[in-house]
Formats: sequence, structure tokens, C-alpha cells
Amino acid sequence: MKIVMIVGLLLVSSINWASIDAYEFQSLEKEQQFRQIITELRCPKCQNQNISDSNAGLAKDIKDRAYELILAGKSNAEITDYMVDRYGNFITYRPPLTASTYVLWFGPFVLALLALIIFVVVKIRQQNNPPAELKQEQHQQVSQLLKKLEDLEHKR
Amino acid sequence: MALVLAAIQAAIPLTGAARGNGRWMAVARPAAYGQFSFLFMAFVTLAYCFVNNDFTVSYVANHSNTLLPVQYKISAVWGGHEGSLLLWALVLAGWTAAVALWSHHLPRLVSARVLGVMGLIAVGFNSFLLFTSNPFDRLLPDFPADGGDLNPLLQDPGLIVHPPMLYMGYVGFSVAFAFAIAGLLGGRLDSAWARWSRPWTTVAWCFLTVGIALGSWWAYYELGWGGWWFWDPVENASLMPWLAGTALMHSLAVTEKRGVFKAWTVLLAILAFSLSLLGTFLVRSGVLTSVHAFASDPTRGLFILIFLLLVVGGSLTLFAFRAQTFRSESQYQLFSREVLLLVNNIVLVCATGVVLVGTLYPIIFVALDWGQLSVGEPFFNTAFTPIVLVLMVFTGIGPLVNWKRQRFDLLRKSLVQAFAISAGLAATALWTFNEGWNWLVFATLLLCIWIVFHGLFESWKKIRTAKAGFFAGMKRLSRSHWGMVIAHFGLAITIAGVTMTSNYDVERDVRMHAGDSVNIGPYLFLFEGVLDVRGANYTATRGQVRVTEEGEPIAFLEPEKRHYFVRQSVMTEAAIDAGFTRDLYVALGEPLEDGSWAVRIYYKPFMRWVWGGAIIMALGGFVALTDRRYRVKLTAKLGLDSNSAVTGG
Amino acid sequence: MKSLKWLLFGLPLLGFIAMAFLFFNALGSDPSLLPSARLDQKIPAFELETLAQPGAMVSTATVKGPLLLNVWATWCPSCQLEHPMLLELAKAGIPIVGLNYKDERAAALKYLELHGNPFQYNIFDQKGSLGLDLGVYGAPETYLVDAEGVIRYRHVGVVDPKVWTQVLWPRWQAMGGFDPQSTAAGDKP
Repeated sequence: MKIVMIVGLLLVSSINWASIDAYEFQSLEKEQQFRQIITELRCPKCQNQNISDSNAGLAKDIKDRAYELILAGKSNAEITDYMVDRYGNFITYRPPLTASTYVLWFGPFVLALLALIIFVVVKIRQQNNPPAELKQEQHQQVSQLLKKLEDLEHKR
Repeated sequence: MALVLAAIQAAIPLTGAARGNGRWMAVARPAAYGQFSFLFMAFVTLAYCFVNNDFTVSYVANHSNTLLPVQYKISAVWGGHEGSLLLWALVLAGWTAAVALWSHHLPRLVSARVLGVMGLIAVGFNSFLLFTSNPFDRLLPDFPADGGDLNPLLQDPGLIVHPPMLYMGYVGFSVAFAFAIAGLLGGRLDSAWARWSRPWTTVAWCFLTVGIALGSWWAYYELGWGGWWFWDPVENASLMPWLAGTALMHSLAVTEKRGVFKAWTVLLAILAFSLSLLGTFLVRSGVLTSVHAFASDPTRGLFILIFLLLVVGGSLTLFAFRAQTFRSESQYQLFSREVLLLVNNIVLVCATGVVLVGTLYPIIFVALDWGQLSVGEPFFNTAFTPIVLVLMVFTGIGPLVNWKRQRFDLLRKSLVQAFAISAGLAATALWTFNEGWNWLVFATLLLCIWIVFHGLFESWKKIRTAKAGFFAGMKRLSRSHWGMVIAHFGLAITIAGVTMTSNYDVERDVRMHAGDSVNIGPYLFLFEGVLDVRGANYTATRGQVRVTEEGEPIAFLEPEKRHYFVRQSVMTEAAIDAGFTRDLYVALGEPLEDGSWAVRIYYKPFMRWVWGGAIIMALGGFVALTDRRYRVKLTAKLGLDSNSAVTGG
Repeated sequence: MKSLKWLLFGLPLLGFIAMAFLFFNALGSDPSLLPSARLDQKIPAFELETLAQPGAMVSTATVKGPLLLNVWATWCPSCQLEHPMLLELAKAGIPIVGLNYKDERAAALKYLELHGNPFQYNIFDQKGSLGLDLGVYGAPETYLVDAEGVIRYRHVGVVDPKVWTQVLWPRWQAMGGFDPQSTAAGDKP
């Protein structure tokens, strides 16, 4: 489906595909740190792309700035904060954990847990006072009949 | 030519309307065939326009070009908004016709209701097609001499198959949906009902699985940045129905075998299809920014929203009123396969919820005037890790547990053994791989082996109890059992691939002169320079990269940077050496000032496993479909059967 | 118990209705418009040359409003679109400072000569560093800066008469901006 949608890009955006820039680092850790931060920062000008994948001019500027900050010894959390100060929460793909994002981070989990607890509680209550199992016998009869039928089929 | 077009345009709404009246039982079936034939004709006509470069049709003019190779002219038919909707409508009509064809054994009332519901959906879609996105709009009298060309990204063999597959999946859930609504209307939701809708759901799910895998594979090699999943709204839109559909398949199994969780199953059926529609809305209305977004068009968005309201709102209202009356047909204990499958369902729905909330949260944020927010990969990866781990624990245990009730002490020993063996194997595997220790990877691998091990163990146990030689015993196990085992294997393989590749991949962007080389893992990449080449509708610069491992030649990779004439766009074609345990990936970047090139080199361990596993999952689905239960229609007539618990879910 | 059951089975419907409402709300809004993260903050510290004179420096202290800070460049087609409007505003006496963003000096000067100059002066930000500090993501952008040098509003996109009267003018007045209607034109500082 995504593919089909791409066509519209022609009308919409200034996307170019895959920019590759060679930034050079003294240590491998710094290079990895850089790789991580540029995939977590979103290009504000583009459609949904991180600054690593975009080669919009602005993405390059942000990459350059991130590069300088890394050389200056900043951590990725600090760089993210730095960019959020300038561009707002939009810039990071990792939404901050604040009161306004609790629903995002925990909502589905809490609901699932709640559903499970309710189910288990109801189930235990039912088990403690089970309904008359009149139908149980009938069910057994039915399944026995079916079993016979199935065996017949097997033999065929 | 124009006459034929006009005739077909007139025919589409007519058939659509006829389908709406499908409740007049007997009309339903021929109407379904009729609708399919007409849509098929429309589709063939559009394809004909493409092949013959009829640029008087604006859709053709925008998406094709005389230079375009023929196979891409055909795939260009669904390369844009209007055409993809036509394909959607065609697939819907195809499913409807298929239901009409294979529903002779169903009670007349049921089949008429099902076809009627599908007809209503078709009316909505066909009118959407006709009123807001007619692919046959003409550019008369001033039509261009040549077309605008298909987006080069879409000029790829993977894309010829991918959209139809995905649509088969999406739209396939409409059958499950139609069955659910028919069940709600008739108030009859029993094992027979579940048995009827189960194969349809499975087919749709298989197509969707393959479709998603193809899309991911295409993104990986075509977009030129080596990612295979971006958590883009468009991808999420396909993942949500998949997750809900997976839950639905499992829930249908319980409803079929045991006659319980009826309301839940119906809700999932509604959910799966609703999420397909929701995906369409999100992608085409422009409320979200996506890499793959269409030009935003609020009119189209409004139309789909209204349609969504009618379909989903209507069905959920029906659900609220009718579903309360369903009664379980059997009893079960807290520790039983029923409950474990329910847990599986809750976990899957929780996953769906995470994707949904993650996708919609930016909109919610704006609506509440809290500013703009992005939710992307870091969020989804963090949120999905615990879900997947929990899911895998239960995927392993589930098949071992009996229906109705299971005494835990009987299982304890084998669970402990399985855990120990899996842990041992996972540790060995990780140690052999020798790329450093990571607890999360270890836990995930452990669970992958856990799933595989339990699948084998449980099958072996059943074969043994069958008391007939090994192969005879294997045969006695039902196909749906083997389908399940295979699909679970596929899941384990995919997850193993995802874990390995995302934790141990190496990505380097390097600056290279001809003759430079770079070491990644055990591989040496030697950049030998570039060549200029010419293709049908582009020119390209082609890099020459020789890969060796300890002096042994491994591969010769030729990444390209293509320049397409018509759209004046530059595309990166990566070169990939695919292997069983790793992919080597090279993409050519920009020429730099000093005559060197920026080159991106990736080493991606176990990349193939991600898609291989997905294909195996789909295969499992197809195997399950060949189960005798679905081939022999006899049992369906019994109506009130609840199959004994021999077969797996 | 009965009502609880209704609640349980009606829950999906309620959820959906809430979602539909949300969508209806979102429909037609442009998700690519970002609010500025710098609202109600001072213009970030900078020290850059002016466009007209290499070597002449401007800094944060210089930019005290109320004024319009307009981000523009010669490579930006929409900037040309709003240029006549800016000229008109300048003529009416609204002080406008330009931020020439990631541009070539010669090209920019030639452009102003050709199309007219609405700016009191231009900050020449060749590397886009002030742009980045401001959170500029696409030219043209227009900032309302008050007497303290604090950013009060940002408009992204072309300033046309409609935007001016409906969006910018009320805010301009609210921050005590000079009113060309009440004073005689021509007392530019």
C-alpha cells in the first residue's frame, strides 16, 4: 500500500532519496552515537523522515550541528534537548515522558492489564459458584457422535 | 474508445446499486459476478490505456510515459491514488465473487446476508471511486504528447506484486467482517459460523502477511537507506489489521472448537476490517505526515470519514445491542487453552493499541493544542519489546495446554526442561555468533527456540499417542495443526532475524577514493571506482565494489545512482549481496569535492530471516487451509458441532 | 450489573466516536505546520554581519522591536511571492528586519536592487546558524519581535494581505506595535 501512495510525493514534497554524507570521527563509539542520534531526529521540513535519511538542506544543517555537539562531548540526551529547545518536541522521534504522554506510553498496557484482571476475577467468581452443569452431559454426547463421524472419515 | 469508457463508467454504479439490493437473496449471487466482471473490464480498459499510451486519460498522462517498460506500465495502473482505488474495488468484487462461488453449502439466509453486507461496502467504495477519484477523467481537448512518467521508486518488480497482495489482505478481512455482521443480524454465532469465516480470514491474513513482507523488502533495497521498517503511518496502517487479524484467527479457533468468546471474536472481526479502512483514511486524508503520503485532499478524506462512520459506527452499534445476548456453549477452567488464547488475544490487541495510539497521538496532541509531537521508531521499539516477549512465552506454551482445563503440575517438568534446553541453545548460538553478549538478544533467542521446541515437542507427543508408526502418526495430525506449527516457526524466525539484525548490524558512511578499502566485520570492501551506464529511461553512475573475506572473493557489488530523464529525479539503487546469515549492502552517495565518493556500507546479520519467517508464516496459513475440515463441506451442515480437541488451533 | 454490561459492549463504539470526532477535527488542517519552540523567549544570542556591509556586525542587542523579522532567501520562490506585500508594509511604516538565510551575498543584494528593499537592514546568516537557533524550518518565516527582543509569534509561509489582517495585525497591535494608521507615515526610525 505504501508504495502506491508514494506517487503523490511528486505534488507534495521536496524529498530526495538517501543522502549519504561521510562524517569522520576519531572513535567508533562517537560514530555510533552519531548514527543513533541522526536516526532519532526528525527532519522538520520533510515528510516523515529522519535527518539521516533526508538530504534536505535543513537536515544537513541539523546533522552538522549534531556532529559539532558530539565532537564537543555532548551526550545524545543533551543533543536531543538542544534540538527540542529550537524545534519543539516535533524534532525527536522519542516522545518525552511527561504527563501529556502518559496515555501514549502506558495507555494500551494499562487497558490490557485491566482487561486481564477483570477477566480473571470474573472467571474465579464463576468457578466458585459454578452454574448447574446440565448441559455438560449433552455436550459429551455430541462430541462422542462427532468423534464417530470423524473416525468414519478417517477410514474413508 | 471513449464510448467503451463511458459505458463502463455507467455500468459501475449500476452494478454497485444492484449489489446494495443484494438482500433479495437470489439477486445477490449473479450481482456479485456482474459487479466483478464490470470492474474487471474497467480495470483491463485502464491497463489497455496505459499500454497504448492513451494520454487523453489524465491518470495515464500523470503516471506513465512512452519510454516506460511494459511491465511497469501495467503496474502503473495501480501506481496512483485513483488506480489503486480501482484495484481496491476490483479486489473487493473479487472476494465477493469468490464468496458467492463457494457459499453454496451455506444456508441461503446466511450467504445472502454476507453478500449483502459486502455489497454495501462495495457501494461505498465504488461511489468513492466514481465521485472523488475517477481514474478515467479525460484531458480533452488539450492532452499532452507524452506522459509524466511513473515515479522511479515504483519502477521495480517487487512493486508489481506488492499492492495487489496487500489489498487482497486488507479487503479480505471484509469477508470476515461481513460474516460477523451477518452473524450479528441473524443472532446466530456458533461453531458453524466460526468454521465458515475461518478459512476466509486465514486466506486474507496470508495475503496480508506476504504483502507486508514484500513492502518491507522493497523499502529495504529500493529506498537506498537500508531500513526495512520505519514505523511510518502507512506501514502502521498495514500492521494494525495484521495484528488484529492474527488475534481474530486465534479467537475464531476458540469459537469454532469450544463455542466461547463469541462477542470478542465478532468484535475482532469488526476491528480488523475497521482498521483496514482506518488505514485508508489516515493515508489519503492528509491528517498525518508520511513519507508515502498522497497530496492531502480533505474532500476525499471527508468522504472516507463518512464511509468509516457508517461502516464502523453502524457495526459497533449493532455489536453493542446484539453481542450481549451471546452465551458460551461450554465451560473451561482458568488454566486452559481457551484462557491462554484469550491472553494471546489481549496481548495482540494491546500491540494493535500501541500502534494505533502511537500513530494517532500526534493528531491528539494537536487537537488538544499541546503543540506538535513525533512518535517514531524509538517509541515503538521500546513499547514493542515487552509485548513481543510476553507473546512469545505464550506462543510456546499455548499449544501444549489442553482445552477446558490443564493441571499445571503435569506441565511443569516439561516446561522447565524446555526452558533449560532453549537457554542452552540460545547461549551457544550467541556465543558462536561471537559479536558480544546482550541479555535482551539472549532472552529473545531463547524464546524463539522455546517456540520451535514446543512446536516439535507437542507434535511428537501427539504422534506418539496416535500409536501408529512415525509417518502414519504425522499424517494423523491435522493439516491445521501443522499449519499452526509452521506459522509459529515462521514467527520465531522473523523475530530472531529482527533481533539479530537490529542489534548487531554495522552501518558505515565512508568517503572513498578509487582504490580505497574499508573493513567491516570479517569483510574487506574495495572501492574500484565508477562507470557511466545508460538504461531505458535513465542514465546512471555505477560504483564498483569488490568484497573479500580473508582474501577469498565474496561478491562484486555495483550500486547505482540513477538519473531519470522525465521526472528529473535522482534515485539510489543499492547493491546487495544476500546471504543466509548476513546481507552486505552498498549504496553510492554523492561525489565529494576531492574526487572521492560518499559510500554507505552495511553489514546486516540474518536480514533474510525477517522476510523468510514471514513467508513461512503465510505458508503455515495456507497449509492450515488445506485442512480436511474445509475440504469436506459435509460437517458444515451439522451446524451444531464442536470438534473434539485433537486438532490444534 | 446490567448497565455495566451495556458499558462494556458499548465501549468500542464510544472509543470509535471519540476517534471520529478527532479525525473530523484534524481534517483539512495541515500537519506540517509547526508552532515555534521559541515563543515568548528572547531571540537567541548571535553575532553576524549585515548583508549590506561585510564586517559590520549585528547582535541580539540590536534587534529590539516592535518589529517584523522576516526570514528570506533568493532561492526561495515563495519569498518572491510575498515581497510586494513586505514592500507595502515597509512603506506604511512597519519596521522589518530581514534574516537573509543560507544565501549568497551578491545574489541577495542584486535581488534587493531589482525588486526593492523593504528591510531596515539584513542579518546575513550564510550558514543558517541563527536560523537553526531560531528553529527556522522553511523560508519564508515571519517573526513578531517586541520591544524587549522577545519573540511573540511566528508565521510560516507567505505573508499576504489576508494573513496580515487576520493573523499578524491583531498580534502586532497586542504587543504594542507601531500603528501606521494613527501616526503619520514616514517617521521610520
